[in-house]
Amino acid sequence: MTEKKSSARKEIGDVAMGYDEDVGNAGVVRTRHATFDQPGQELALEGGGTLAPFTLAYETYGTLSERKDNAVMVFHALSGDAHVAGRHGANDKRPGWWDMMIGPGKGLDTDKYFVICANVIGGCSGSTGPSSEDPATGRPYGTDFPMITIKDMVNAQLLLLDHLGIGKLLAAVGGSMGGMQALELAISHPDRTHLCLPLATAARQPTMAIAFNEVGRQAIMADPDWEGGHYYGGKMPAKGLSVARMVGHITYLSDEAMEEKFGRRLQDIHDYTFTFSADFEVESYLRHQGLSFTNRFDANTYLYITRALDYFDLTRQHGTLVRAFEDVKARFLVMGFSSDSLHPPYQLKEIVSALRATHKHVSYYEVESHYGHDAFLLEREKMEGIIAAFLSSGARTYTPAAAAT
Amino acid sequence: MRRIDYKLIEDLVPDGSTVLDLACGDGELLAELIAEKHVHGSGVEIDQAAVEKCIGRGLSVFHGDLDAGLADFSDQSHDVVILSLSLQQLRRPRMIVREMVRVGRLAIVSFPNFAHWIPRTQLCLGGHMPVSKDLPYQWWDTPNIHLCTIQDFRKLCREEGLCIEHELYLTAVDKDPPPRMVAPNLLARVAIFVVTRC
Repeated sequence: MTEKKSSARKEIGDVAMGYDEDVGNAGVVRTRHATFDQPGQELALEGGGTLAPFTLAYETYGTLSERKDNAVMVFHALSGDAHVAGRHGANDKRPGWWDMMIGPGKGLDTDKYFVICANVIGGCSGSTGPSSEDPATGRPYGTDFPMITIKDMVNAQLLLLDHLGIGKLLAAVGGSMGGMQALELAISHPDRTHLCLPLATAARQPTMAIAFNEVGRQAIMADPDWEGGHYYGGKMPAKGLSVARMVGHITYLSDEAMEEKFGRRLQDIHDYTFTFSADFEVESYLRHQGLSFTNRFDANTYLYITRALDYFDLTRQHGTLVRAFEDVKARFLVMGFSSDSLHPPYQLKEIVSALRATHKHVSYYEVESHYGHDAFLLEREKMEGIIAAFLSSGARTYTPAAAAT
Repeated sequence: MRRIDYKLIEDLVPDGSTVLDLACGDGELLAELIAEKHVHGSGVEIDQAAVEKCIGRGLSVFHGDLDAGLADFSDQSHDVVILSLSLQQLRRPRMIVREMVRVGRLAIVSFPNFAHWIPRTQLCLGGHMPVSKDLPYQWWDTPNIHLCTIQDFRKLCREEGLCIEHELYLTAVDKDPPPRMVAPNLLARVAIFVVTRC
């Protein structure tokens, strides 16, 4: 394997600490890339075949302890990336997607923990995905990219942990699709994490979510610019991707949040225009969200990752949910959000019940929020103390894996 | 303060059993049970700050509202279900007692005895709602909305078809119980009941 942009292990975690207005935050970070191109580093895929070589983009925050017992891996959701906290430069306006939770003194306290976040395999923010070059053809993979699953995402990131010299994580943390990865890791690799913290997620992709994903995919594939997935070098199917994102955004909000945020308010006008332009604030918001998404996201990645989500089903994989969790060793804190309509609390309680059936160590916390699915990205005050308490009690009970890697 | 009521509850819990502590608060009793009786213990608690303390102690806790019942817990999944000094604060105490014996083989319920001579005297002779060390609230701000007496609880058990395995009486939660107590309904400040389905 080769390391681009960084040559030595000592660079890991060398976060340049912040400028004045950024005190208390994760400071300036940069994205690194690890390429896995050595024999034995091929990624055997759940759907058959292998992916090699491949690259993962990742960021780290804080310092890895000498005993390597303070590593926390954060898994990102559908539209996320490796940039989970901090800023890429002093003038960077937009901090990482979970900046509220990660930094010195925050829920995932970077004074204590070494936080890692990687862009998933199949992604489009530095990790190998459909927009990457296919070594067989010299052109972007497009839809020749192999189908990937949540398990494949986890296996790829385990190779990154090997690369960083981390045998057993202190904690695997993630919301939504990130929660599925955290669950998958705790189940398939029980010795590789001491704690598991899934938020706003499910043990199997719910039907409603498959349905919404399908609408998004159909929008992309119906865009004439999609060209069967081989649009690179030409026009990108921005219209389709933007509609997909709009649909997605609706599922991340709640009825209450929408009423409060937009109501029936009109956008910069006093009366209906009696046209199909964006009269309502909510329309204008969705159009803007859809459009800005196309500047940073690849349409094929959207297809692949939503497919990976839809295929996620621990019950199908293990027979029953109880059996899925039978061999886990991690301590769990499962967190649900009261108004989440994508993964309502009952889906998280199912995980809790299955863990409890075989007397696993599991806690459940339900955040009272009207923000819908997005609550896990917003409700800092209601989550931070609980998460910090979970991590610090875990740090006290952490034991290295019996067979260290 | 040394909690004698906790100590008595601990003595009633079999070593190594699975225990569910309802309204577990910051997890003090649970932590003691795990340390002293090696139980496999978990709690249910509604308050965020208390849940946080439990998790910080490394306890397994379920954030939930007892007034909604114990739907997330399956039948006979625990050896012991405990409800310590919280029965009187629930909206549906009868329902929760029923739920306790559904989820657990043994239910341990402790509660302040409203028929103790102090509240009796305050109400009968003083003519006002009782306010004491055990029941420190004014009538308008009390969380204790369903107070009962030892006699009342026995009657509830009878009506629910529950067998009372033990009854223990305390004159204070921090004082060793007297070896024998005549007229507990008059003299006990706190009662601990151990009940099962008959």
